[in-house]
Amino acid sequence: MKIIISNQSELPIYAQIREQLKEQILNGQITEGSTLPSIRQLAKEVGVSVITTTRAYSELEAEGFIATMQGKGSVVLPTDNSLLREQALLRIEEGLSTAIETAKTMGMSVEELRDIFDNLLET
Amino acid sequence: MELLEVKNLSKHYKNFDLKDISFTLPKGYIMGYVGANGSGKTTTLNLITGILKGNEGEVSIDGLSCEKDARGYKEKIGYVGDDCYFPAHFKIKHIRAVLKDFYPTFSTDQFNSFIRNWKLPENKLIKDFSRGMKVMLMFASVFARDTKLLVLDEATNGLDPVMRTEIMKLLQEYVMDGERSVIFSTHILSDLEQIADYIYFIHGGKTVLYDAKDELIDNFLLVKGETAKIPSALKKELIGLDEKAYGFEAILPSDKAELLGGEFLFEKPTIDQIVIHYITSQMPK
Repeated sequence: MKIIISNQSELPIYAQIREQLKEQILNGQITEGSTLPSIRQLAKEVGVSVITTTRAYSELEAEGFIATMQGKGSVVLPTDNSLLREQALLRIEEGLSTAIETAKTMGMSVEELRDIFDNLLET
Repeated sequence: MELLEVKNLSKHYKNFDLKDISFTLPKGYIMGYVGANGSGKTTTLNLITGILKGNEGEVSIDGLSCEKDARGYKEKIGYVGDDCYFPAHFKIKHIRAVLKDFYPTFSTDQFNSFIRNWKLPENKLIKDFSRGMKVMLMFASVFARDTKLLVLDEATNGLDPVMRTEIMKLLQEYVMDGERSVIFSTHILSDLEQIADYIYFIHGGKTVLYDAKDELIDNFLLVKGETAKIPSALKKELIGLDEKAYGFEAILPSDKAELLGGEFLFEKPTIDQIVIHYITSQMPK
């Protein structure tokens, strides 16, 4: 498990933790059934406030990624593959939208943009 | 469970009034008490430690008030201030002896291991210590005792970044078991900002903002753009509008974000930026 906090990120710190844990759960780096560090342990290790890690965990819990049990800590739940796909799709769309926006501001034609896309696909 | 409860605390001076300070700090959490110089930070902390007596209001630590049991109350507190409170002509061995006599929970072993780790000189007089060494000595004396609440008044001033990081880690370890809490005052937030759970912001002796830090950051936006383009509906809502030659900067409550349109740049603020814009908004034009 790894968590890297950026101070330059647009995302608040709790969201950065949430997203990074989510990603590692989805790609299998954090395996189903494993126990996450406690909220206080994580806060200390990452150097952020306890409220921040509490919020990250409670959102992961609400989204069904982990379950917190009294005395057992937070356990990673089995994930649904469709979630993984959905996330990837979202990211692809985001990347492409940025490309389209940039092309528009340059006044680039649709054909030109398609050419770039096709060329990149082939490489 | 609340560790520190402050209720309607006031203190009147000839030229300054601390007015109606109220907050609670639960067990296992860290609060940053922020404000400009002369805003009442030290007065509040001195009222909490019992060095000062308030004119109105109550303070309790772990359910105990200073009036009921002054000794028990003060044993729960570890205090580190801006000034070194050890006698200048003492050496570490003298301090060790006094602390051992004075505090039943003082652990000589723990104290010695801090002195060793931080390479504090056993044979120098305190007056010949550097500013950083004095601060670390105060922290060693506090961490070697069994306390419930750490009260830190501008304690990390004059520490280099390595030492500040060390202190940050120790503070997080201190609250780790969920039983003990920290309140620190500062005007240099940056590094400490990250570990604070709650922020209490006072100005001119009065409460300006008090919230969980994450909420506070979520509740405001830092807005930048061209001054000439600010519509009047937006201008009314901007806090601490700072107009410069090539653009402006201000804080805006997040729930007023729809007034921004697409004209302006906005980003999440730091606590420092919220504080600075609030303070400038209070200054006479």
